[in-house]
Amino acid sequence: MGLIAREIESRGIPTLCMSSAYSITEAVRPPRAVFLDFPLGHTAGRPEAAEEQREIMAMTLSQFAAATEPGSIVRLPFDWSERDDWKDAVMQVSGSGDAATTEDFRIDRFEVPQYQFEKDAQLADPVCPSCVFLSELEPR
Amino acid sequence: MSRQPPIDYIKRTRAQYEALGYPAYDWVQNTENPEFAPLKKPVEASTLAVIASGGIYREGQIAFHYKDDLSFREISIDTPRSALRATHFAYDLAPARQDPNVVFPLAPLKRLVKEGVLGRLATTAYTFMGGIYSARKVSQMLAPALADRLQANQIDLALLVPA
Repeated sequence: MGLIAREIESRGIPTLCMSSAYSITEAVRPPRAVFLDFPLGHTAGRPEAAEEQREIMAMTLSQFAAATEPGSIVRLPFDWSERDDWKDAVMQVSGSGDAATTEDFRIDRFEVPQYQFEKDAQLADPVCPSCVFLSELEPR
Repeated sequence: MSRQPPIDYIKRTRAQYEALGYPAYDWVQNTENPEFAPLKKPVEASTLAVIASGGIYREGQIAFHYKDDLSFREISIDTPRSALRATHFAYDLAPARQDPNVVFPLAPLKRLVKEGVLGRLATTAYTFMGGIYSARKVSQMLAPALADRLQANQIDLALLVPA
């Protein structure tokens, strides 16, 4: 996301990146970023928590005007839970640290579309004008 | 209450790849400052486009695949929530499938437009897969294609939401 933000910003359009992965955002250094310390998959809040989602988004938008330092990352004042021990189990290598006992979190990288529902595959428009495919044969 | 610092995903990914015998992933590391474009108008008078990388597609569109998918989808912001789908290889999809706003926050943004906090939302949002292995392809192909769209549609601000 940071790479895309940098490109858009270079065209004169201010960008703001949301993030739940501080280290990655810090390394890429997008022009403006907010950090929400929630598990991955909740970058903009919890499911069905409309009020909190609104708060998160209002604070996020305020950073467009508030951020003055390129590369700044502002932490949003929300906690996932009373305690932070949910962080302990995320992507941890097992005690012995070897491949046989470490759970492989990577799932197969299929090259065919992965539909949420089977019926989506039948409903998909094979022409799909709103699906934009970029070809490496046409370097930009 | 015990608070911990943010999870260092780069470090944990490195450790995991090493334990599994995979070659280390070469994370992007930018040391020079990014360009910084000034706001041309206040947020409450601006048009904001949403770009999300959580693998969101709309029913009727071709879904993403999991191997360096450089394509993107144009999704009308008026798409009913029930027609939005999430597909991805790298994060827990359950919350996004329950409520797409967690990675594609159209509903809270529409509320903020109504409240006058944000000027308007661009009629089209852009989604892609993320987790693209090649940073070069993202920089040279996907990023310029998305930036072209925003420029052509006179977008004032871009909000980027990864998963």
